[in-house]
Amino acid sequence: MSDKRSITVTVNGTKYTKDAAVRMTLADFLRGELGLTGTHLGCEHGVCGACTILLDGRSARSCLMLAVQTDGHEILTVEGIAPGPDKLHPLQEAFRDNHGLQCGFCTPGMLTTLLELLRDNPDPTEHEVRVAISGNLCRCTGYQGIVLAALDAAKRMKATA
Amino acid sequence: MKPAPFQYHDPKTLSEAVSLLGSLDNAKLLAGGQSLMPMLNMRFVMPDHIIDLNRVEGLAYVNERGGAIEIGAMTRQRDLEFSELIKAKCPLMHEALQHVGHRQTRNRGTIGGSLCHLDPSAELVSVAAAHDAAVTVVGPNGTREIAFKDFPAGYLTPAIELNEIVTMIRIPVWPAGHRYAFAEFARRHGDFAIVSAAVLLQVDNGRIARASVTLGGVAAAPVRATAVEQAIVGQAASTDLFRTVCESCRSIEALADIHASAAYRQSLAVTMSRRALDRACGFPTPGALH
Repeated sequence: MSDKRSITVTVNGTKYTKDAAVRMTLADFLRGELGLTGTHLGCEHGVCGACTILLDGRSARSCLMLAVQTDGHEILTVEGIAPGPDKLHPLQEAFRDNHGLQCGFCTPGMLTTLLELLRDNPDPTEHEVRVAISGNLCRCTGYQGIVLAALDAAKRMKATA
Repeated sequence: MKPAPFQYHDPKTLSEAVSLLGSLDNAKLLAGGQSLMPMLNMRFVMPDHIIDLNRVEGLAYVNERGGAIEIGAMTRQRDLEFSELIKAKCPLMHEALQHVGHRQTRNRGTIGGSLCHLDPSAELVSVAAAHDAAVTVVGPNGTREIAFKDFPAGYLTPAIELNEIVTMIRIPVWPAGHRYAFAEFARRHGDFAIVSAAVLLQVDNGRIARASVTLGGVAAAPVRATAVEQAIVGQAASTDLFRTVCESCRSIEALADIHASAAYRQSLAVTMSRRALDRACGFPTPGALH
């Protein structure tokens, strides 16, 4: 059995067929092989949440998966959240307007995590937002701006739904 | 590249997985990967072969059969969290899952993986101990069932052979209307508990007819507080009773590590067992955040 495998994954709606070393994490595959460096790597052992992506619509830490495991699956990364190059998603707009980010390192993981939350629970309480992002570390904002952004985004997304 | 080199196998059937595991040296099974992947990334483990169970058919399900809930080993923690059957028949597990990692890890993490990793403070391990669960394993010589009390062989080590795969967890159901509570002390939400307590009670006519009290995080594997269980059966439930009997948890042999000394764990064992019992009975638990 070779140490590389050809895999086909759909990332942000685009199908890619690439060789991946079997020991390569999904995060390294997204960043190094596909050039999608929006997915950030903080701790690389599943604590910080910066590398969170949606796998078949469910949030997962891309540092805790092998790229080969995603063969045939669909992935959404932070690059795929905005509806177009000139337009932000309401969640991203809410982050901008509520100081939901400062250095931006945790933001990709925050956005993907909250996208899942707001899809499953369009009207979350503040507590539910805080629990949802409890697996995402931010060292700048003290979380307050992020929580406000998430609650604001819920309102905006309901208004546009 | 984070993990050391290995060969990757992704069998589609259980028999294929069993034969791979039986024929390869230094092989590791990969379930949800929420413990093994960090250990691979940090090179705490360097297997020559990874056998990925994620494409094996038929290992993810939740069924009720013969007074028990049967859970396939590859059932994701998130699917258990949102299972109506679990919520109705095994509410202790539903409550305990709220403390298991985070949404992102529960989406991948599996019950079989949790039990086999056997972290001393893992919530699902405590639930299995509390419910006197049974673990089904399959190996080259067929299938056998292991009572959960015999499942932990030591720290992070289940009592299964190197060529065996856990396929199912059977959880005997307690009667409808039984009381339950899961209390844990952790520094932050989602962290591993320093000490947790899982309680199941059957109360008939105001008296405790049956009790299960399990402490996680105190020792290398969950400990049943049998002294507490025996002392409260036949008694009328009360805060005073629980306060008195839970003192016995102070003499449970406890681990010491970077997070807490043995004496502190013993102190938490007293507090958490009392808190879980109080909460199971609907008594107030002042000062408790979780």
